[in-house]
Amino acid sequence: MASSKTSYFLTTVLIIGLAILPACFSGRQGKGNVVKMQGAGSSFISPLMQKWVHEFGFLNPDVKIDYQSIGSGGGIKQTKEKTIQFGATDVAMSDEDLKSAPGEIIHIPVILGAVVLTYNLEQVKVPIRFSPETIVDIFLGKITRWDDDRIKADNPGVELPDVNLIVVHRSDGSGTSAVFTNYLSKVSPEWKQKVGEGTSPSFPVGLGGKGNEGVTGQVKQTPNTIGYVELAYAVKNGMPVAEIKNSAGKFIVPSFESVTSAAAETLNDTPEDLRVSITNAAGADAYPISSYVYVIIYKNQPEEFIRKTLIDFLTWGINEGQKHARPLYYAPLPEGMVKRASAKIALVSGGTTPAGTLAAPSR
Amino acid sequence: MKKSANQSILSGDNIFRFALASCASLILLIVIGMIVVMTQNSWLSIERFGLGFLFGTVWDPIKGEFGALPFVYGTLVSSLLALLIATPLSIGVAVFLVEQAPKSLARPLAFLVELLAAIPSVVYGLWAIFVLAPLLRVYVQPVLQSSLGWLPFFKGSVTGLGMLTGGIILAIMITPIITAVVRDVLEAVPVTQREASLALGATHWETTKIVLANASSGIAGAVILGLGRAIGETMAITMVIGNRPKISASLFDPSYTIASVIANEFTEATGDLYLSALIEMCLILFVVTFIVNALAKLLILSVGRRTA
Repeated sequence: MASSKTSYFLTTVLIIGLAILPACFSGRQGKGNVVKMQGAGSSFISPLMQKWVHEFGFLNPDVKIDYQSIGSGGGIKQTKEKTIQFGATDVAMSDEDLKSAPGEIIHIPVILGAVVLTYNLEQVKVPIRFSPETIVDIFLGKITRWDDDRIKADNPGVELPDVNLIVVHRSDGSGTSAVFTNYLSKVSPEWKQKVGEGTSPSFPVGLGGKGNEGVTGQVKQTPNTIGYVELAYAVKNGMPVAEIKNSAGKFIVPSFESVTSAAAETLNDTPEDLRVSITNAAGADAYPISSYVYVIIYKNQPEEFIRKTLIDFLTWGINEGQKHARPLYYAPLPEGMVKRASAKIALVSGGTTPAGTLAAPSR
Repeated sequence: MKKSANQSILSGDNIFRFALASCASLILLIVIGMIVVMTQNSWLSIERFGLGFLFGTVWDPIKGEFGALPFVYGTLVSSLLALLIATPLSIGVAVFLVEQAPKSLARPLAFLVELLAAIPSVVYGLWAIFVLAPLLRVYVQPVLQSSLGWLPFFKGSVTGLGMLTGGIILAIMITPIITAVVRDVLEAVPVTQREASLALGATHWETTKIVLANASSGIAGAVILGLGRAIGETMAITMVIGNRPKISASLFDPSYTIASVIANEFTEATGDLYLSALIEMCLILFVVTFIVNALAKLLILSVGRRTA
């Protein structure tokens, strides 16, 4: 009995000890010259970010970066609270968000993503085409059958089945929904007024799926459905992808080229702070539902190691790092944006924060 | 044991007593802490919407309108649906295990039932999406609609997802729990009662009725325990219920539960009011499950007293 009690005790001590141990050795600035950096945010960019962290760590063994995929909203929140060194978000921060942050935050576009319409319609073998008005009517619940005249008008010569149309949308808050509803709000005043744009829009019709994988799964499982997902999910699952009419009146297949083209066409209208929506972009070859993914950081980085590492990492990401984009189904930045993003990164300095007392990063 | 060791303040007994007391008070502190923190963090929403939050039917984070009613409805209806299916099933299994099955069959079967309770809910959810939903869509829902389609419960489009699928997956998940508790309750009914009943010439069926009557409040406790689990279940039901905050009589229509909306929207909730409204949802869920579990405890206590 006594020995088993002792062994219980020792086990407990061991478990507690093991739980506490890592805390003793953590800390931003480890022993030796290893720089530790914590990033968090967008789950969309997570696969690419993990690849970047791995490759960058390989080139710089004295740097240890950790990226947590907690969602764009979380990334913005943690950046504002200065619990991380950089955040990542699918949607640029709002003016209020920027104002309420304890220091000046800059947006660095690092990669491009696209939202595509995917559907499950066994009878139809050719890609279905949609004009913006039709998409709005489908997601407003005004079109309820696949052989509706409005869908027929977009697809002359295509035999559309006489069946109910079932809408699938995201049920969780997500940048994908934000980009999609941003597009719909741009092309339709009615959508803007009735639903609006945001990470958790209240769709008038449809089934909600959790995550890109949830929507993909429901569309794949249920006949006669239509839903919106990130390009990568549709491609990886071998699902059909709709062609969408852009502002130039051309039906465009979502591809790396057409997404990058949407960004390139918008370059001249991109404001100085690089916060820009590139949905419904002008240009004959631009895919209309695309967006930048941003890394958000404080302009003032008083801590030298962190500042240098951040600059190196981001500069590497928007240059060499772009070659990792396509294998993971992201579209690379256009040339012009790489230049402008580099100029933005160059602004990062060691000046004191406006708040004065706050030593960024706090932990 | 020596007496002197018992009297010292640092005696084993005292340390033991202190350790146990601190464990117990920790539980109390956690519960109080949760209530305080949730109330505090949802204060913005409580102030803004008041009681209207409970009865509001619109959930639109973009326009800043929040109402909990469709979620409360979805939670309660899906859980009740689950109980409706799971209760007879569980009692049947438990009666079979205790009253009918030979030992050689009862043991492995009971083990299997307990094993079902240990399967993670995300696994149930995936199974529901890939097996249950298509099954319902192809074989069950069309039949229900063509035969009972005149009822308001079976209208709407057949997608395999929605309230019915959510209720069924919950039923499958709570069956092992209810079965296990009912089995224990039935075993607590004294053997002498069964012997007396059989000796008076009652059949097996009549004897079982007597046993069930004696165990009734214990069975009610088991059912309410199952209800508690069903109300709080998140992952599996989120994957199949369709996630639409709308109150609809049709079981084929999508619905939404409190736990699901919290799991779905918490990560991307940015505005203060939005976050506050979600935390108020947590508070409502907490109160509902708290009441349900308290009820279960009371019922189990009463059956314990009666059989003792």
